[in-house]
This record gives sequence, C-alpha cells and structure tokens, in this order.
Amino acid sequence: MSTAVGNHLATRYMGFDLKSPLVASASPLAKEIGNLRRMEDSGLGAVVLHSLFEEQIELESAALDRGLASGAGCNAEAANYFPEMSGYNIGPAGYLEHIRQAKEAVSIPVIASLNGYTPGGWVHYAKLMQQAGADALELNLYFLPTDPEVTGGQVEDQCVELVRAVAGSVTIPVAVKLGPYFSSLPHTARRLDEAGAAALVLFNRFYQPDYDLQTMEVVPDLHLSTSAELPLRLHWVALLSGRIRADLAVTGGVHTAIDVLKCMMAGARAAMTTSALLQHGIGCVPGILRDITGWMEAQEYESIQQMQGSLNYLSVPDPAAYERANYMRVLSSYSLRRGTV
Amino acid sequence: MTRPQVTIDGNEAAAYVAHKTNEVIAIYPITPSSNMGEWADQWSSEEKPNIWGTVPTVIEMQSEGGAAGTLHGALQGGALGTTFTASQGLLLMIPNMYKIAGELTPSVIHVAARAIAAQALSIFGDHQDVMAVRQTGFAMLASCSVQEVMDMALIAQSATLESRIPFLHFFDGFRTSHEVAKVEQLSEDDLRAMLDDELIRRHRQRALSPDNPVLRGTAQNPDVYFQARETVNPFYLACPAIVQNAMDRFAALTGRQYHLADYHGDPSAERVIVLMGSGAEAVHETVDYLAARGEKLGVIRLRLFRPFPTEAFLAALPGTVKKLCVLDRTKEPGSLGEPLYQDVVTALHEACAGPLPVVTGGRYGLSSKEFTPAMIKGVFDEMNNERPKNHFTIGIVDDVTHTSLPYDESFSTEDPATVRCLFYGLGADGTVGANKNSIKIIGEETPNYAQGYFVYDSKKSGSITISHLRFGPKPIRSSYLISRANFIACHLFTFLERMDVLAAAEPGATFLLNAPFPKEEVWDKLPRAVQETIIRKKLKFYTIDALAVARENGMGVRINTIMQTCFFAISGILPRDEAIGQIKKAIQKTYGKRGELVVQKNFAAVDAALAHLHEIQVPAAATSSVEPRPVISPKAPQYVRDVLGVIYSGGGDSLPVSALPLDGTFPTGTAQWEKRNIAAEVPVWDEALCIQCGKCVLVCPHATIRSKVVPEAALAGAPPTFKSSAARWKEMGDQKYLLQVAVEDCTGCGICVAVCPAKDKTNSKHRAIDMMPQPPLREAERGNWDFFLTLPETGRDAISHSQVKDVQLLQPLFEFSGACSGCGETPYIKLLTQLFGDRTVISNATGCSSIYGGNLPTTPYTANSDGRGPAWSNSLFEDNAEFGLGIRLSIDKQAEFARELLAGMAERVGAGLAASILNAGQSSEEDIFAQRERVKELTRVLTGIGTPEARNLMAVAGALVKKSVWIVGGDGWAYDIGFGGLDHVLSTGRNVNVLVLDTEVYSNTGGQMSKSTPRGAVAKFAAGGKPAGKKDLAMMAVTYGNVYVARIAMGGSDTQTVKAFLEAEAYDGPSLIIAYSHCIAHGYDMVHGIEQQKNAVQSGYWPLFRYNPQLEGSGKNPFQLDSRAPSLALEKYIYNETRYTMLVHSAPEQARQLLEEAKRDVEDRWKLYEYLAARPVNAAPQGGQQ
Repeated sequence: MSTAVGNHLATRYMGFDLKSPLVASASPLAKEIGNLRRMEDSGLGAVVLHSLFEEQIELESAALDRGLASGAGCNAEAANYFPEMSGYNIGPAGYLEHIRQAKEAVSIPVIASLNGYTPGGWVHYAKLMQQAGADALELNLYFLPTDPEVTGGQVEDQCVELVRAVAGSVTIPVAVKLGPYFSSLPHTARRLDEAGAAALVLFNRFYQPDYDLQTMEVVPDLHLSTSAELPLRLHWVALLSGRIRADLAVTGGVHTAIDVLKCMMAGARAAMTTSALLQHGIGCVPGILRDITGWMEAQEYESIQQMQGSLNYLSVPDPAAYERANYMRVLSSYSLRRGTV
Repeated sequence: MTRPQVTIDGNEAAAYVAHKTNEVIAIYPITPSSNMGEWADQWSSEEKPNIWGTVPTVIEMQSEGGAAGTLHGALQGGALGTTFTASQGLLLMIPNMYKIAGELTPSVIHVAARAIAAQALSIFGDHQDVMAVRQTGFAMLASCSVQEVMDMALIAQSATLESRIPFLHFFDGFRTSHEVAKVEQLSEDDLRAMLDDELIRRHRQRALSPDNPVLRGTAQNPDVYFQARETVNPFYLACPAIVQNAMDRFAALTGRQYHLADYHGDPSAERVIVLMGSGAEAVHETVDYLAARGEKLGVIRLRLFRPFPTEAFLAALPGTVKKLCVLDRTKEPGSLGEPLYQDVVTALHEACAGPLPVVTGGRYGLSSKEFTPAMIKGVFDEMNNERPKNHFTIGIVDDVTHTSLPYDESFSTEDPATVRCLFYGLGADGTVGANKNSIKIIGEETPNYAQGYFVYDSKKSGSITISHLRFGPKPIRSSYLISRANFIACHLFTFLERMDVLAAAEPGATFLLNAPFPKEEVWDKLPRAVQETIIRKKLKFYTIDALAVARENGMGVRINTIMQTCFFAISGILPRDEAIGQIKKAIQKTYGKRGELVVQKNFAAVDAALAHLHEIQVPAAATSSVEPRPVISPKAPQYVRDVLGVIYSGGGDSLPVSALPLDGTFPTGTAQWEKRNIAAEVPVWDEALCIQCGKCVLVCPHATIRSKVVPEAALAGAPPTFKSSAARWKEMGDQKYLLQVAVEDCTGCGICVAVCPAKDKTNSKHRAIDMMPQPPLREAERGNWDFFLTLPETGRDAISHSQVKDVQLLQPLFEFSGACSGCGETPYIKLLTQLFGDRTVISNATGCSSIYGGNLPTTPYTANSDGRGPAWSNSLFEDNAEFGLGIRLSIDKQAEFARELLAGMAERVGAGLAASILNAGQSSEEDIFAQRERVKELTRVLTGIGTPEARNLMAVAGALVKKSVWIVGGDGWAYDIGFGGLDHVLSTGRNVNVLVLDTEVYSNTGGQMSKSTPRGAVAKFAAGGKPAGKKDLAMMAVTYGNVYVARIAMGGSDTQTVKAFLEAEAYDGPSLIIAYSHCIAHGYDMVHGIEQQKNAVQSGYWPLFRYNPQLEGSGKNPFQLDSRAPSLALEKYIYNETRYTMLVHSAPEQARQLLEEAKRDVEDRWKLYEYLAARPVNAAPQGGQQ
C-alpha cells in the first residue's frame, strides 16, 4: 500500500529529488527485494543497500577454499569430501544481481554501499556497481588504525585519495559515510568534498569490543542505536552545513519524526534510519512521516527544504553552542534563542 | 569424426556412459566405485541430460542391497537403469542379480572390482567380488584400461538391450577405476548409434503396467521350476555373438576393434597367457618387449567371461600354442583351480579333439598387489619348464605351501621414450590434486599420452601420497607402479629420514626436494645415504623452500602449485612459459569458482616459485653424518619390528606368507611404536597456570596428552625438564600432578588448547597449554614421555569415574590412532576404553573407526599393565550390531555354562569360593576386580582337580567376570545400512552397548549423505542441500521403552558425556549412545570442533538427553533433558561449516528455505523433548533384559 506523501516532504540529495528526507540506511533489511518494495511503498525517499564488503568476499572465498580442500587428496577412499558445484557466487556477482533486481523493483533511488579493503578493490567494485545500475554509491569508509606508526594525516590522506579514485572512476554520485574520529572533521570533510564526494553521511557506527569476563574473551557487538546518539550527528552536520559543497545526511539515532526534523534543521538533506526499521518494522515509516507532516502543519512549515540548515552553525545566533565541547555551562537558557525572539 | 581427448579416470569413464544411457540410477557408496555414483549424482544435479534429453534420476539407497532392489524395480517398471558397486556391495546385490537375470532384464552394473573381506578387509582391487557373482546369470564383460572402460560400458549397454541378458561390466578397482589417463571420449552420436531405440521400446513393453497387467515373480513348484529355469538357454547361447556384433559396430564407429577374446602376440606363439583386466595391459607390454628380443609369446585378454565364449576363445588361440597359462586375480580356497582357469580347461577339453596344450593356472595381484613385467616374465619363464608349476602364485613369496614362482625383480620393460615421474607428497599439501592437473595439462595440451596413478598410506592424518605419472608419445600400457623414474620430487624433507625416496631413481634422473633450509644448507642436511645415492646415480638436484613460498603467498601449507611449477620448469615437458600459462589456466579452472582471491593467491605462488627454485651443485663425496632414524622404535617387540615395522616402512611386499598370521589375528598395543612426528606444533604445559580440570586430556583425539597423580617420591630421577605441580585433589593433596605430551605422536590439532579454560590473568592469550614448535622440544619431551610411562597409573579406586577431572587419570587403552588430526570420534572411543577398556569387546562397523582402529600396520587399541584391554574386531559394514550381539550371546552362554559347571563342582572347588563367584553382583568396578581375583583362585583350584569338567570350566571361567560388549560404528552404519540389524538387536533386550559416532555423513568414503545428514547440509548425493530432516534415531530407540538412550556431545557437556557412558554400561539391557562427532567432512578447521559441538547444543540442533528406563521403575521420568532451551540462532552454528555455507553460495534461495525448515525442526524437536522431560510418569516395572 502506498502512503500518500505530499510534496512538502520533498528534498534533494546527491542530485536526486527524494519524495521524503527519510532514507533507509544500509542494513540487512535491504537484502530482501520485498523489503525494498515495502520501503518504497512506505514513503522512504531512497534506499541504501546493505554493504558489499570486499574483505568479506575475500574471507568467504578463503574459507570456502579451505573448507572444500579439507581432507582432499589425503586418502585412497576419499579424494575429497564435498560435491563439486557449478558455482558458488563467490565475489560480487550476487550483490550486483541484487542491485539489478532492486532497480527493477523500485523507482526510488537505489544507493549501493561499498566497503573496500584494497585501493584497487574500491575502484573495481564501484565500477561494477555502477554497471549494475546503482543510482549512487555510498562508500562505507572506515579505517581503524592500530599501528602506532600511522599518523592521523596518513589516515586522512588515504581516505581522501580513495574517494578521489572512486569518484573519478564512476559517473554516478558518490557519498562518503564517515566515522566521527578525525582530528579536524571540518577539514577532512572539505578535503573529501574537494575529492569529489557528493555527500557526507554522518556517522558510521562500529562494532565495539565488549568482554566476557568469565571466559576472558573479547566479544564484538553492535547494539541498535537510540535517539541519544543523534546529538553528536546534529552537532557535526550543523557545523558543516553550508560550509561544504557536498550534501549532508545523518545516520545513527534517527528514530522519530522529531529526530528527522532536527536533522533537517541542522542542515541534513536526508535522515537515514536503520534501527527504527529493525525494531519496529518498515511499517513504522508512514507514522513517522505523518508525524513530520503533522508537526510541519502545526508549525506552519511549507516544506522540508524550508527548514534545512535553519539551525546550522551559520544560522544560529550563538555559534558558541557548537564550538564548545566541554565545560559548557549554560548560563542562560535563553542565550541560544538570542535573535530568535 | 573428431572426438575430444579427455584425461579422466576409469570411474568417470564408466559413469559418463552410464549416465548418458540410463534413466534411473540407484547408488550407494563403496570404495573404489563411489566416484561413479558421485559423478552421476553431480551430473544430474547439474541437470545434464542423457542422450534422450532427460535428466537421469539418481537416488542414494541405504545399502547396495537396497540399490539392487531399486534397480530391479526400475527395470521392471520399464526404465533403463544402472548401478555401480564393488566388493561387499556386489555381494549384497546377489539376490537381485539372480532375479534381474532370471527375468531376462536388460541392464548394466558397473563394478570397480575389489577384494572381499576374508581374513581382513581390503579396499583394493582384484576379481574376488566379480567372481563371486559369476553364477547369477549376468553376462560379464571386462575392461583393461580407462579407454576400454568407456568403450565396454557402451558395448555392454548395447548388448544387454539386444540379448536381454543383464551385464556386469567390470574393471580393476583402483588400478583402472582410479588411474587417470588420456582417452578419446565417445560422442552422444556414438552412443545413439550403438543403442537401438526399438530394443528400448520392447524393454518398456515388457514392463509391469496396469494397462497391460501380467504376473511376474511367481513361486514355482518341483513340477515346473526346473524346466522354467532352462527357458533362458537360447538367450545365453546367442549372447556372445550379440556382444561381438556390438564390438564390430563399435569398431566401425570408432576404429577400435575389440573381440570377445583378443589375442596379441606372435601368430606362432608357443607360450600364451590368458587373463582379464588391467594385468592384460602389462602382459601385452611384456610380450612386445620380449618379442623384440626373439621370444614367441602371446596373450589372450578375455573380455567376455560370461557367457563363456568358447568358440571365440579357441579361435583366438594360436594353433602353435604348447603351453597355456591362465592367470586369475582371485582366490577360491579349496577349489581345483580358480574360475578362469577352470573354464579354460573345460573349454579346451570339450572342444579340442587333438592333443591339448599344457594348461597351468596361477593367482596374481590380489588386493592390488603389483603385477609387473618382471612377474609376467617369471610366468613365461616357468612355462619353459617341461612340467611348469600349476596352481602357482606370482608376486609374493609363499614359504608355507611353496606356490610362488621366482622372478627377476630387476627386469623392466619401461620405454625410454616415456617420462616417468614420482612425487612423494603429504596428504594435506595438495600434491595429488596438482598432479591430476598436470596430467590434464599434458594429456590435453600436448600430443603426449598421459597416465597418473596415486598411492596413499592408510593414515588419515599425516598421510603420505605417492603420485606415479607417466607421459610419452606412445600409448601407455604400464598398469603397474613406476620403479624406474627419471624425475622424483619429495615434497616433505622428513620423508628422507623414513623411506628410500630415491630407490626408483634412474641414473641421471632429476631430484626435486622441498627443504625448509637455505639452499646453501640443504646438502649438509641430507641423510648420508641420500647424498650417496645422488652422487652414485649422478642425479640432477634441485631444491626449494616451498612452505616458505606458500606461507608468503597466503597458501598456508598447500605447496602444490609451487611444486607443480618447479616440476614443469625443470622437467622440460613443456616450454616454461607455456607450462606456466597452462598451470594458471588449470588454477583458474579448478579454483575460479571459489573466488578471485584464491586464484590470485595461487597465481602469486606460481610466480614466486621459480625465483626460489635452485639447482644444487652436487659435491663429489658424501659429507653428511645424518643417519635415517628407525621407523619403529628399537624397543618394540620383535614381531612389531620384524613384521609391522616392515609394513610401516613400505616393505610389506617383501614379507613372506609365513610372516603373516593364519587367521587375521594381530597383537594390540602397536601404534605406540610408530613415532610419526607429524605435528609442526605441539601443546606445552604451564604447570603454574593449570587448574587440572582434565578437559584437554578428555578431548585429545590421539591420547597424546596424559595426566597422572603420583607420589612425589616417584619423581626421583625425572629428566631435568620434566614438569609437575601439586595435585589439586583433596585426597591426593600431598601428591604430584603430571600432564605430559607425547610430542612424537601428537598430530598438532590444537583442540586441547582450544578447550583449555585456564588463561593467564595478565595475558589472556597464554593458557595453561599453548602450541609451540615441535622440533626444538622433540628430544627433551621424548625423554619426559618415556619417564612418564614408567610412573605408576593413578589407582582407579582412588578417583571418581563420573568426574571429568578424575577421568583424565584413567589410562586410555586407545592411543595414537591414525585418525584425522582433530578427529571428533576418537575422544569418545578413548573415553570408553578409559572407563571399561579392561573388560571390553568391541564390534566395529566398517568405516573410519575400523580404519583408524584396525588398518595395518598398527592398531591404537592397547592393554594395561595387567595385559587387559579391548578385544576388537570388524566383521562387516552392514552386520555390526548383529556381530556384537553374537559376541554378547557367546559370552553370556559361556558364563551360563560356567555357572552350571561351577554349581555342579561347588564342593570340589570349595563351597565358599563357588558361592562368592556365583553370587557376585559385579555392579561396580571394585566388584568386578574382586570377581576377577576369585576366578583366578578358581582357576588355580581347578588346575589341581584335573577332571574333564574342571578343564571345561577352566576354558570358560573367564566368562564369569563381567564383560562389556560395545558395538561401535558411524551413522552410515547405524542410520542406513545397519539400521535393520541395529533395530533388531536393540529389541532383543540383551546387554549390549551401542556407540554411534555420528558425523552425519559417510566420512570414510568421502562425505556421502546418510539419513543422519541434517536438512540443508550439502553432502555428496545431496549437492542441493539435503531436503529431508535428520532421522531421530535416538527417539526411535526410546520408543522401545527398555533401551537406554543418550544423545551426547562432548563439547556440549563433558560431564553428561561421561555420565551417559557410565549409565549405558551399567544398564543391564541394550544401550544406545549417539555421539556428535565433528569431522573434516563438515568443512572447517577441526581446532574449533569442540566449540562447534557447544554451538550445536546451544542452538538446539543437538539437544542432550538421557533416557534411562531404570528410572521409571522408581517412579521417575526416564527422559532427562540435559541441555537448556536453544539460546543461539541456528545459523550461528551451521554457518561456521562449509557443508552449509556452500549451499548459501551456490543456491541462496534453497539455502534460505532449508534454513527456515531446519529452524522449525529445531523448535519442534525441542518442544517434543521438553514435553517428554516434563511429563508425569507412573511407576512401572523396570526395563532391561526381556
């Protein structure tokens, strides 16, 4: 069932006219074509497919090779232990086919997500995704430095070069999904912008190690986000909004209509959600959109675009709110409203 | 017509024709025929059609008997059907073969002919199986080479349709079934041209159909059965001509002319050998060689054995023949001669009016015993004698009945134009696979003929493979191993220490050695004898550190493509660049499906290989002081040194008949003398960190990590590096705990480390045991192990047998097996022997456990210091439960007789002693030990009495001490082929204990599906993922009510595992333990085996339970659920294993659907078990023996 969404929700992201600013970010839900259809029907403006992980392809390939070779050629009675299959869909073929099917299934923009492992891999897979029909790419960019010899500058250079290489090798727009851990995020953002990023998506959420004290083991885990994670995103989007060419999008902590509205006011062109969809199902989307519409009507907003960036760093009367990260003692709760009353 | 040249083995050749020309294929795995079924199944799963455009239906049955029955039905239903089998499998088909033949039903059964289990099982090739069915009415057509297999498969298919007589098409197991050779592949047009559709339509018209109802399979009485049996005669009389006609038509198509009996040799030969199968190729080669040297010799290869083609045979025989020698690859004890010999003699006597040639018969090649030109010349030479020896053997030394012929072993007919290469590889290094690729490259990319044959030892871990490759411009008929090689590659340096790798090197040959040393050091590291051989034979010597190259390129231990590249680079068979191009092409073809990374890794290894390949300039004199180490400890008993040691070192062929036991009986306790040193890394104990939990000892598949608690004083004189710590037992607190690793026996699986719960609080990667490189530890730990063995075992009465911590201290009577590194089965067997080994008889089904348990040269079963330990035997695959029951009945009967005798002699032996023996409960080990002492006293008393009754009682008195009968086997046995017997045995109520080592596939034959295979797992014969759920064998047994049943997984709960063994053994009735056994056939590193068992339990896939009928008697619920409700998603368990993930990759939709169904299976099973565990129970009479 299609949800009626008025034009007042329309936004423009990476050159696409989206019918709403709420976008499904990369998640396992996108693996099902049926889910993509439901996402479109529910009123989402675009979908970001689950990520193609180059490293995972390699690991799967290596694991399959090891598994199939297990015990092979060792004894007279068993040349091997598995039947020979005609193919294993190892590599990007399955993902690329999924892009094709997704494009056939929905008319909203389909953004393919890529996490590379090698410089050549990023470019190689990006081209394949474009060939498969993706409307845009989202580079799921993270590099976890573990070597004390590697400097922040080197990490940043590596990211920038990678984006430049990918953006230069495809004609579709390329978004970059970043983590928050840069010494000077605005500078990094500007460099990425200059390298050809059409959008920055803030922020990636990472698996975090936890411990099992009983077994003394590290247990990686990823919990679903909550709205509590939103302020960090709002902070940086607001700081960047209007100061770089690339579009901005928020991902992480977007659960409610209010969350979406905040993203827009901070300056985002799109608010991406995953946890809400995983927790409540795709069926929660029309409700969020209705709430946005209701709020806009109540507040007499004509369009989403009207509010985009209205609370960004450039627009608030007291940018200090964005400039201080510590010892921020709000002397007067009125100070942030200065100029708006 | 140009037909493709393909390099394939005999099994693939037969399966190719069978799959193209049939509609229903019923299969069951048995070595060496399994691959035929696997090919057929694979092609059907790939939707490859037969020549009529329909994809044959392939179905795996529960046994060969089942396959034959299905085939019979399919044929009666009007389809074209076939099956493949060998050995015991063929014997199981006999009843249906009579039926199929009696009803004149066209069909072809393809047989990779194999030895029959007699004094021992053998998987290797001879004609004992096919000769055991020669009376069934099947026509029998023999092939001698891979090309002939393909050709005769079609000729048989053609002839069966025309003659209506079913055919058995056979070829030599391994020698032909597994030989890879370059052959011309028949086209579909060839197949169509040979098969008359009208004959097929007639076959269909004879089918059972309600549209044209008939009655077939009647019971006939004395009045007519005989006459009816004679009705088929005309068909048999006509058959030879039909076969010859098919051969002639085939010749017109392909140019290859065959005859029922093909003669080759001098037209005026005086000495002729007659034989069937691959040996004929070697005789052909020998005849040509000797003919070139002026001898008038000939060979008849008989192709059609049944119906015996007398006319054709006589026509093939030159009129000049004076001596005829018939060679049979079988043995019929007590006969006047073997079958072919007898038939030839009869044919000659019936047909010849004039003087007959002298006919002799001999046996050769049993169990793939080599049959070489030297032996063949020995046979021809014997025929020169005026009265040549009859009923002889060739190829062995028979010093008992002196049947064997002498021969000159140095005689060789090898063609100098043929390149002969030997590769000594380690099983896991991929040598065999690479060599198969090399044969394909040479066979298909050059005009050369090519042949490959692969020899394996019988170990499943650290096994040695020897690849025999021949290439050359002339057809290769050498159906025997290479004994003169011009290229030898040794892929593991330590092989040089334990075998004469260069024995077959011809002067001037090339030797390629993988050595873990810089090139400058390699020469000095060689054993002196190797240096001397290299110098004496003037060998060209190359070396590479292939393992280092492999590791640098992410290949792990797989050095195959690296060594393959070196082989091509220095052998010059192809120009180097072309060879590398072809290797890469082969890599792409072999590994391309597995992903680009795998291909690129291999490419990189190929490219890196040449840069690391070095020629060593051979010095003029040997300089090494390195001597080969003895393959068997010099401390071993003489029999072990003189017989088993010879077998172990590869010299078994030289053992005379007198060296072997009469009845297949061997001593136990022999694996301890093989010090294989196959582990790169071994566990090292940190005694300060250890909590002495015993988990490492429990899970060790090879019993190479042992513990004891001994008085401190016992450690006097310990080697300096011997470790101990204060024992953490309240009752033994003043003693020392020891944990010792047998580093020379360890396989390095690492499971012990994976289960170790004791982590260093300051450094979590350090545990109480860590893996460390073995070589630096070897000397010291050898001394420590020897010292450990001298220390007393911890008293069995001092510890609890139900606690894992205590069980570790019980001596295992199963040690150092050749099972796979990290085997999931052997820990259970080891535990069994720890708990009850001194009083156990094991009946072992054929399968992995019978191979690592009883494949020569050694056995892991051993005895304690009293000389007691498991007595072990393997009867067959299908009859294991019945065999075990028979042992039980035998023991019980003898015990009963002993009790009767003792009761009658009570006064003579002493009423007190008699009563104490007769009334002994023997419900605990302590009681059993006491009874053993009483019986010892009884024997002493009886010795003094000396009456016949006393002597009879002495003979059976041992049965008065409780014996534990264990019936052990895998799921292929318990769920499939032996299920009927197992079910019946359980129903008898007799006190047998059944241990099912459930790997969920036929592991020993290469991972074929059984009814234990879980839904969604890929296995051979289930390439699309098994669609049906796993049979709940445990619950089936529970329904009897009086069977003790336990489903266990050591990794899920070791405590429950130990408990289940104790309860099962204590239960005075049938017991069934189904033990989750991880296996290399699941496709993951076995180091995670125990963890994966835990996952299986936590996911609810493998709920643990015990059903103890005794509890019902006391008003308790006999069904005890021992694991918690599922807490892990099923996919978190199954997707750690390739058997599941390969379906996700190859057929994601199917995988998804099967996963959903499998999840429902888990839920449903859990609900059922939960219900059973919670249901109220009424007190009922105690179960047990009925």
